[in-house]
Amino acid sequence: MISTKRRVFLKGTLAAGTVGVAVGAGLLAPSKLLAAWPSEAFGAEGLEAAFEAVTGSSDIADGDVTLSAPEIAENGAVVPVSVESSLDNVTEMAVFVELNNLPLVAHYVLADGAHANISGRIRMGESSNVIAAVKSGDTWYKTVQEVKVTVGGCGG
Amino acid sequence: MSIRVRAQESNGVINIRALMSHDMLVPDDDGGPHFIETVEIARNGDTAITANWNYTVSRNPFLQCEIDGAAGDTVTVSWTDNKGESDSTDVEVR
Repeated sequence: MISTKRRVFLKGTLAAGTVGVAVGAGLLAPSKLLAAWPSEAFGAEGLEAAFEAVTGSSDIADGDVTLSAPEIAENGAVVPVSVESSLDNVTEMAVFVELNNLPLVAHYVLADGAHANISGRIRMGESSNVIAAVKSGDTWYKTVQEVKVTVGGCGG
Repeated sequence: MSIRVRAQESNGVINIRALMSHDMLVPDDDGGPHFIETVEIARNGDTAITANWNYTVSRNPFLQCEIDGAAGDTVTVSWTDNKGESDSTDVEVR
């Protein structure tokens, strides 16, 4: 009898523990991006899943974000991309390639004194829309540009 | 491994250009995936920009960014990759 009660007690504890962890994970999701490398967002397949993992929503409104990328990239292994925004209080920026297996390429966290103006070079497996997004206040905004790739750059 | 950094101030804004030597191996490469996950840009010891990257950032990554600051400040660029390797470079802002 004693052991049965103990089993019940343990079961209850484990169930509560699991719920607690799940709730904690859900609550921590947005701020996780600010701390460690966000493996969930970088591992997300499909643009909507990647948007969701980064911003908490599968859609992002169009807004005042400037994306500079070539219309035609001869080499998908090295595509120069610049993202800039004149929006106030930009705290995060992100670059996505819609048709890459893993759309999220880069995610930036900006502290006070950092300007919303970042350039880099990215890989594209094939011609695709490139999406630049910035978080201003509590809201994300995006701009989309198509980049045609002559030779893909993701190793095959 | 090396990081080449140029930091130049104009009108209170430091323009930073960093070139990191790293193969940024994708999963299909031998030894891959092996890539820089995080880059930190700090001014006088305080983090200004944290970059999180996927392996879809190009080989020998280039990063250009802007932060408030003055000539004489110290800018530190440091990275860590997914295998725990890291590198860091300090430069004085000109």
